[in-house]
Amino acid sequence: MIIVLNNPTHRFTALPASLASAVSNLPRDNALGDFTLGDQRRGFSGVITGLSFGPTGQSGGVSSLELERRLLEMGFVEGARVEILHEGFIGRDPIAVKLDDMRVALRRREARCVRVRGGS
Amino acid sequence: MTAAVLEAPTVGAPANAPHALRVALVGAPNCGKTALFNALTGARQKVANYSGVTVERKEGRLTASDGAGVVVIDLPGTYSLRARSPDEVVTRDAVLGRLPGEVPPDVVICVADATNLRLVLRLALELRTVGRPVVLALNMIDIAERQGLVIDQAALSKAMGMPVVATVATRRRGIESLIDAAQAAARAHPAEGAPDLWHEPSVSDIRRLHREATRIMRLAVTPPKRPDTWTGKLDDVLLHPVFGIGILLAMLFVMFQAVFIGAKPIMDLISAGFALFGGEVGKLLPPGLLKSLICDGIITGVGSVLVFLPQITILFLFIILLEDVGYMARAAFLMDRLMAGAGLHGRAFIPLLSSFACAIPGIMATRVIDQKRDRLTTIMVAPLMTCSARIPVYTLIISAFIPNRAVLGFISLQGLVFFGLYAAGIVSALLAAVVMRRIFWRGAAEPFLMELPAYKAPDAVNVARGVLQRAEIFLKRAGTTILSMMILVWFLSTFPGAPAGAVRPAIDYSFAGMIGHAIEPVMAPIGFSWQMAVALIPGMAAREVAVGALATVYAISGEGGLGASLARHWSLASALAFLAWYVFAPQCASTLAVVKRETNSWRWPLAMFGYMIVLAYGAAFVVYQTARLARFG
Repeated sequence: MIIVLNNPTHRFTALPASLASAVSNLPRDNALGDFTLGDQRRGFSGVITGLSFGPTGQSGGVSSLELERRLLEMGFVEGARVEILHEGFIGRDPIAVKLDDMRVALRRREARCVRVRGGS
Repeated sequence: MTAAVLEAPTVGAPANAPHALRVALVGAPNCGKTALFNALTGARQKVANYSGVTVERKEGRLTASDGAGVVVIDLPGTYSLRARSPDEVVTRDAVLGRLPGEVPPDVVICVADATNLRLVLRLALELRTVGRPVVLALNMIDIAERQGLVIDQAALSKAMGMPVVATVATRRRGIESLIDAAQAAARAHPAEGAPDLWHEPSVSDIRRLHREATRIMRLAVTPPKRPDTWTGKLDDVLLHPVFGIGILLAMLFVMFQAVFIGAKPIMDLISAGFALFGGEVGKLLPPGLLKSLICDGIITGVGSVLVFLPQITILFLFIILLEDVGYMARAAFLMDRLMAGAGLHGRAFIPLLSSFACAIPGIMATRVIDQKRDRLTTIMVAPLMTCSARIPVYTLIISAFIPNRAVLGFISLQGLVFFGLYAAGIVSALLAAVVMRRIFWRGAAEPFLMELPAYKAPDAVNVARGVLQRAEIFLKRAGTTILSMMILVWFLSTFPGAPAGAVRPAIDYSFAGMIGHAIEPVMAPIGFSWQMAVALIPGMAAREVAVGALATVYAISGEGGLGASLARHWSLASALAFLAWYVFAPQCASTLAVVKRETNSWRWPLAMFGYMIVLAYGAAFVVYQTARLARFG
């Protein structure tokens, strides 16, 4: 994995840049003791701990800042409760989640930018 | 122009006759905003486009309880004023009063689904910064009450700093109170207006507003005692990897049958009716140009517009019904991965499927796709799906040239070729989408992030109004363009007329004939004779017209004879090239007209015409030359 330190799209909301680059060398799911929503399976239930857009977090055609705002506007906010209800039939993609009191569908690619902590 | 002048406050009018209060409806998608708009304005609405953009402008009028006039504007649904799509740009600019040619609203009504408040409370807090009075409408309050969800309206109003009115749009509950509240809010607002403090919210602004909305939720809303379990139970089946897909396919099958077969008798009736009408009118008129213009140009032209109406009405009945119930988002979820492979949005599935019947309703149905690029890609590839107008052409050529024998003992060769033509259409549409993505919008896949609304019973009035509006839009806007194209094609095929004592069919002497002869050298490498080239010109009116045009150029009456005659005149290689041409060729002026209407520019229909002509020529060339090498020539 190549880390570009001064990449402006490389942003980590929870940690300073130096620490973020250090931990992103670790296997992704262990970096902060939390996981990305995009890597979870149906039945997962947990709490959102943050949004991250490192070099591994793709954001498609929109900038990571724009994707972060869209996710926030849809309610993917720190502390929100999230549960994976359904998975698509090809490649288990996209996923349908219960997010607090509403239901949202998103592709796993976007869901990989949402960090979650498991457990009730 | 005139309308704007008439609506402006009259200079010198007495002070007690103020101009009509302008109210804008803003809300998230699926909050029942359109139902509320219908309840407020009833049938007194106008649908048009905002100038320069394809976004629909819906305005209605009503009379308040005190007799004052109120103008209501239904703005496109949004989660934030931070516009991300052309629709949302209109909402933002209308609310901020920046839309050129539009009078800014006096009051903004923020429409909320009472059962799903959190996100819309954040939107309402954002709207408050604009400096216009905001009224919060708690719509679908009946569903909230049924769930045992309690909203302390006084506390909510105090915390939000805006009047709150509970409504049930579908039962017209709270409508008068809502108008009263809007009027009172406008009166209480300082005449010089409050400062506009709105700026595009940053990431931290959104987080802060969301925290504030959550705090207000805790303060004023008691969670439901009997939460909606139906949506979850239905989703367990409808989003199931196996049953969900099965149910979707079954539903599409029914829809397809209804559009394809159900509309057929009415379409035949319209065609026959217009043919009869044209014939009767023809008897009354002296033979000559006027008769030809009225019968062959105008009456046939109007008929060719109206003939699409049954399909459009049936298709939109299904689409609007599924949207109203809340199923459309599920269909997009189920099909997203498949469509994503071609760089398309999950919501592109229904429009593309509809295009099997006819590209016109399919292209109109792309309005369900919010993102401009996704929508344009879908529009551009929709005509590649094999529409029903190609069937008469395919049938004619296949029955004349493909031997009626079985392959592998049980597969009809003719059926196989038919299937192959359909498959070629589908595969090329998906490939074209991929290529278009790569060339125009490299790597610009929009994120797929979509709310799955709770299911609810459909409202007959709203569905009916939506369908009628679609039909009206088609007739008024697309119809005029289609009709003028039809008259142009008639003109090309009629003028100049055949000279006295002409031996060849009249069309041969017309502009269409001249064009046919002129392009003959270009068409030679793909095996088209000048007769075929001539038939392509009137075939621009509609694909199936080419069948009649071929009969005209070969001076044959009756289709049975036509097949036999073609089999004598054409080589198999030419016939196969003609089929390949028809898979791709933009042989439909109506489709181009609708694309022009839907994209509000000639750029896209021209681009469509260009790329489809190139594909058609290329495919016909490859087929013709290959077939000749294989000695079918």
